[in-house]
Amino acid sequence: MWSLKKSVWVFHVNTGACNNCDIEIVNCLTPRYDIERFGIKLVGSPRHADALLVTGVVTRQAAPRLIDVYRQTPKPCVVFPIGACACDTGIFRGGYHVVGPVDKIIREEDPNAIIAFVPGCPPKPEAMISGVVKALSAI
Amino acid sequence: MKQTVKKPVLAVGPFHPLQEEMEYFQLTVDGEIVTDIDMRISYNHRGIEKISESLQFDQVPYLVSRVCGICSASHPLAYINAVEEIAGVTAPERAQYIRVIINELERMHSHLLWVGLGGHFIGYDTVFMWAWKYREPVLDLLEEITGNRNNYGNVRVGGCREDVPDELKPKILEELGKLEKKVEMLTKAVLDDPIIHARLKGVGVLSKDDAVQYAVAGPTARGSDIAIDVRYDDPYAAYGDLDWKVITQPEGDVFAKAVVRLLEVLEAINICRQAVKKLPKGPIALEIKEIPAGEGCGRAEAPRGETFHYVRSDGGNRPTRHKIRAPSYVNVPSFRASCIGEHIADVTITLAAVDPCYSCTERVAVVDSHHNVVHDYATLLKMSREKTARIKKEIGAPELKMEDF
Amino acid sequence: MNQEELNNRLLEIRDKLIDIEHTTNNRIFLPCEAENNYDVCKFLFEDLPLRFVIVTGIDSDNCFEVLYHFSNDETGHVVTVKAFIRDRENPAIESISPFIPGAEWIEREVHDILGIEFKNHPNMRRLILSDDWPEGVYPLRKEVQK
Repeated sequence: MWSLKKSVWVFHVNTGACNNCDIEIVNCLTPRYDIERFGIKLVGSPRHADALLVTGVVTRQAAPRLIDVYRQTPKPCVVFPIGACACDTGIFRGGYHVVGPVDKIIREEDPNAIIAFVPGCPPKPEAMISGVVKALSAI
Repeated sequence: MKQTVKKPVLAVGPFHPLQEEMEYFQLTVDGEIVTDIDMRISYNHRGIEKISESLQFDQVPYLVSRVCGICSASHPLAYINAVEEIAGVTAPERAQYIRVIINELERMHSHLLWVGLGGHFIGYDTVFMWAWKYREPVLDLLEEITGNRNNYGNVRVGGCREDVPDELKPKILEELGKLEKKVEMLTKAVLDDPIIHARLKGVGVLSKDDAVQYAVAGPTARGSDIAIDVRYDDPYAAYGDLDWKVITQPEGDVFAKAVVRLLEVLEAINICRQAVKKLPKGPIALEIKEIPAGEGCGRAEAPRGETFHYVRSDGGNRPTRHKIRAPSYVNVPSFRASCIGEHIADVTITLAAVDPCYSCTERVAVVDSHHNVVHDYATLLKMSREKTARIKKEIGAPELKMEDF
Repeated sequence: MNQEELNNRLLEIRDKLIDIEHTTNNRIFLPCEAENNYDVCKFLFEDLPLRFVIVTGIDSDNCFEVLYHFSNDETGHVVTVKAFIRDRENPAIESISPFIPGAEWIEREVHDILGIEFKNHPNMRRLILSDDWPEGVYPLRKEVQK
């Protein structure tokens, strides 16, 4: 578990989002927030990830992919549903193509998954960083 | 035509590639040249039009603002234009000007986002970091006015929700002035850089005929010499009262589209400045008691092009049908026309030039006939950057100098 | 093409339309029967020419309506062809994708969500519903509850 505390490598999954949260995640890399100075980096494969940043409501088409990505991520890992959609489907609740939210889909696959919610629409980069740091300190 | 071995090409995204899955864009290649393309979309389908029918008229703007995060002022405004058409009302003047201010600020930060991404795809990561850094003051302004960096929730039927306080006007003008200098510097740097010329000119050309056949909109159309812009053709909000011009370029290649977008940022600053200076006094909303039966077609010029909303009402308090057409819906299929005949190293930047929603751009890869990935997105991105490096070596020009203010 | 020219040219296909309705100063609706839709749309797109915008499918109580929206950018008019499909059991209409490639996706989408068949569509396949979405369930039909 201690390996997760420093230099967290994160993998980003979009399961059907409006892209606001995705853009704010990428914003974290830019000079104003610059999370790379903490050693946090966005990796290109779930196999290298310590944490998953998941955005989106989990549409019916995206659900199998989310489960696939979760399976490929080495455990232990932390799943962060980012944004109102990922936390609880947000304003898209009840849509015919929405099968989420994220924690429901992940827990079907792994009831013991570690999940830390970062709400907001979208959460500001400061909120995301604060959420990730809080969750990792609590582990 | 010689029957060569066909390898389908797929795109898989940069920040979230899923290498084992085929998704989105399937390109067929002949050697290293693209010969055909197919697209699978469904991952983002949230059934918004159906959800809209269960919401009341004044709840819908919150929903449609989240159709696409970076057009989140344009969608609600197009919807509101449709509903106001049904109701036969016009929002007060001050509200019309506020709508212009918010939408132009959105245009600025959306185009700067694109500039950053475009730079990233061809290997100019300094441009990426720079453009996204200078988006931040625009997002700060939007947060001061509306309370959120995105998803402003500022339009309602009959007007606006949040006012632009008069005390804020000097600050807006000051920030616009600063941004203008920076964008002018960037525009000049891009337009003068011989490497960018060599890298982007003649790449991903969308001919005027194809642009008409695919019914494209926005900078994708204006970069192919089609002068359409909803703000000019079918004026809404206060655009009819302001002095500005539609930007077009004739060549239709990626460079032309980049130029259109950069010049549009400067034009947006110009429009926003006029709107702030001319902001009339008065109320910012009318009380609308009910929406009569009828149908309306509302549209707005989003950063990506014409956003079209059709709303039908039966006199109740919910829409009975709400059709949403985002500009990317017609622009992304045109990628088929602009990508065929291109080298796979140019695929990422050609797709980016259409400026689809962020996560759409990152769904490209090459697979063989057994669906094994031959070139994943990371490789395609690398090829794109290597091409730039090769051109740099051939031309021997100096590094792109980005000044920091 | 200015407003007067537009109005005059629309009269050329008047025999294929049920009516020409001006709802506001720059919105025109052209209701017609589904059989005439192909000719009307071809005329609007190729002869006038207007820019294609999008297609809206609607489940109305006793019929299906398929609205084809076009734009005259010079005057800001939105000209909408409103095609009525009276047969609710087997709704079908001629596809316009053969001469407007930009309509290919939206016709596939209307087929997905309303189950309307587009005859002679060059590439009719599922577009926006998931691979495992059940056949025969059309989400935007009135009988399908959210």
